[in-house]
Order: sequence, then structure tokens, then C-alpha cells
Amino acid sequence: MSARRHGSYAAHLGHRLSGLALALFLPAHFLALGLALEGADTFDAFLAFAEMPLVKAAEWGLVVLLGLHLFFGLRLLLLEMLPWRDPSDDRPALIGWGAAAALVLGGVFLWGVI
Amino acid sequence: MSERQLFVLQRLSALVMAPMVLLHLGVILYATRTGLSAEAILTRTGSTWLWPAFYAAFVLAVTVHVPIGVRNVLREWTPLSRGAVNGIAIAAAAACLILGLRAVWAISGWAA
Repeated sequence: MSARRHGSYAAHLGHRLSGLALALFLPAHFLALGLALEGADTFDAFLAFAEMPLVKAAEWGLVVLLGLHLFFGLRLLLLEMLPWRDPSDDRPALIGWGAAAALVLGGVFLWGVI
Repeated sequence: MSERQLFVLQRLSALVMAPMVLLHLGVILYATRTGLSAEAILTRTGSTWLWPAFYAAFVLAVTVHVPIGVRNVLREWTPLSRGAVNGIAIAAAAACLILGLRAVWAISGWAA
């Protein structure tokens, strides 16, 4: 099987792309929170913008990406730190569980905002 | 700083941040469920020094973790020189630290 068809490659890409997206989002997130320095009215105006459906959809994406990055990152730490019982013991089930847990987080977020 | 030290720092910051991310996700889910308003957010985050302290620690961990990750991606996926990649990583660290601590200051209520 080609290395790029392996589930671990999908997890690697998912971990890397979610990390990149979160790194690009962070400055905007910090700047938005910094609006509180300009007073509650300015902060509330931003929060009203954040209530728009498209922004909520983007927030859902960010929650899922944060979950993906967390769970795929924990998988990496487990692979690097725990002993391998067998050379093929790459714990592939962790990929599916990680992705599922991230989607559950996204589902709970949606349940709260809809 | 050596590649080995960066590798270890990336893992250590990840270990520190994992429980922080879980708590932050919990706060996100709780806050969106109970309604987002400046008053609700600032009342919660300003209710005890523990929230600003938690988020300041989170910002410090992010300041270590993000630039190393960005540097890894740029080194492997772009033809940028080593100097340019390191420069971007340092700029990312500065942005995380300055904007992050400013955001913590903003939600702490201490500036009011």
C-alpha cells in the first residue's frame, strides 16, 4: 500500500492542516477579545456579528478543528511515548476515535447554538 | 536552540495544553449554550483571578507550541530559506505572546 493511502497519512494531514488553520485564526481571536478594552458596547457589536449564521458555521469548523488537532496530537504523543508491542502496532483505531470525538464536540456545539 | 530542544518543547507544550484545550472547549460549549454577551463573558472571566491566570498560562504554552509547529510546516512544505522560516516562527511567537496577553488583560477586567 502506498504510504499516502495509509490512515496515518490522513491523520498526519488532518493534524497539520488543523494546526495551520488554528495558527492563522489565533491572532484574529486575540484581537476580537481585545475589543473588550474598547468597552462593552464595542465588544457586544462584535458578538452580534458573531451571531450571523455564516460566522456560527465558521465557529463550528473551528471547534471541530481544535478537537481534531487535540485528539490527533494526543495520538501522536501516545505513539511516541508508549511502548510498541509489535512493529506494526500503530494503533490505527485511534484515528477513527479521534475524528469521531472531534465531530461529537462539533455536534454538542451545534446543539447549543441552534 | 537545537532541533532536539524544539522537538522536546513541542511535545512538552502539547502535554501542558491538552487539559487546557479540554477545559477551553468546555467553556466554549458552556458559553455558547448560555448566550454570548459582553456582560456574560466579562462577568465570568473577571469573577476570579483564576480565569486570567489560566488563560495567561494557556497563552504562554501557545507561544511555545504554535511557532514550532509553523516552523516545521514551512520547513517541510515550502522552499523558504532557514533564516526566513526562523524569522516567521519568531514573528508568530511574538504575535501569540503580545496579542494573547493583551486579550487576557482585556477579559480580566483589570483595565477597567
